[in-house]
Amino acid sequence: MISFRVDGRSGVPPYLQIVQQVRQALRMGVLGVGDQLPTVREVVAAVAINPNTVLKAYRDLEREGLIEARAGQGTFVRARPAGPPPGTHSRLGRSLARWVREAREAGLDEESMESLLRITLRAADATDSQSKETA
Amino acid sequence: MSAAIETHALPRIGAHLNPRWDAPLVRDRLAELRIPLDQRVGTLSGGQRAQVALALTLAKRPRVLLLDEPFAALDPLARRNFLATLTSAAAEAAGGLTVVLSSHLVADLERVCDHLILLAASRVQLCGDIDALLAEHKVLVGPRKDTAPIERMHHVVQTVATARQTTLLVRLGGPVIDPAYQAEDVTLEELVLAYMGAGEASACKQLTTVGEDS
Repeated sequence: MISFRVDGRSGVPPYLQIVQQVRQALRMGVLGVGDQLPTVREVVAAVAINPNTVLKAYRDLEREGLIEARAGQGTFVRARPAGPPPGTHSRLGRSLARWVREAREAGLDEESMESLLRITLRAADATDSQSKETA
Repeated sequence: MSAAIETHALPRIGAHLNPRWDAPLVRDRLAELRIPLDQRVGTLSGGQRAQVALALTLAKRPRVLLLDEPFAALDPLARRNFLATLTSAAAEAAGGLTVVLSSHLVADLERVCDHLILLAASRVQLCGDIDALLAEHKVLVGPRKDTAPIERMHHVVQTVATARQTTLLVRLGGPVIDPAYQAEDVTLEELVLAYMGAGEASACKQLTTVGEDS
């Protein structure tokens, strides 16, 4: 069983915070297939949020196929989120660390690196959508 | 509630006064809160008194609950406990439970409410589903220039202008086309402040008009 945190100041809608925390727990292996999620009542009693917020988060996760509600029993994990095999994150992290070292040596500060990453991601998105249109 | 009433009398009074009454709910809640039944209500803390009042109210198994400034006198922990009891009751209520509550604590409202009705200067300034309201409004940040094109397209709630920059809080009437403006998401707090400010301004205008007439 996992517990949730809801941060009122993060700017991320509360229902999305719950969705992200479940996905994160699945990715990290804190939750596995067949594990039970806390009931709406339990979440509400623990973090004092709108029951509809929890329902909305669970509905989203159900639509993604990650969890399922079993009548009279509760909500259970059905599948792990699709993603790269374990080890991918750490491999990419190592090559990113090399890049960060290089950037720092070239005189870039954290803010410039972040904005460079954001610009590159956006440019990659644009290229992706263009190649999809032409395909 | 008078100071002379002892806590143990409350469930009995409640049962006598209400056709629908869940006595075990009150007893369990008071036990959970570790409030002894032989304690006088007047000697309870503000937070405890609010919890006792809420337990008695919920024992009626209401469909609609009207709460006027329920958090006003509560410290942060008591407020959190009160909210947890209230939201749990809403989650459990078999026939559904609608709670209408008034408060100035926007963060709490955002946490527990589906709908918002904003009153300022005795008028409803804003009313709707909170998620929809947040999606419909944007903060537009751009250079100082004529805002007439924006005003034709969107409803401008609040304008803050400096020598160089214009910041507009708008209710969208369509997409933001002008690339000079950067559209940012709005927080509920910003939205409430903007509409309350706009409400006060329009109320003052009305007062001035009345004064001019006489």
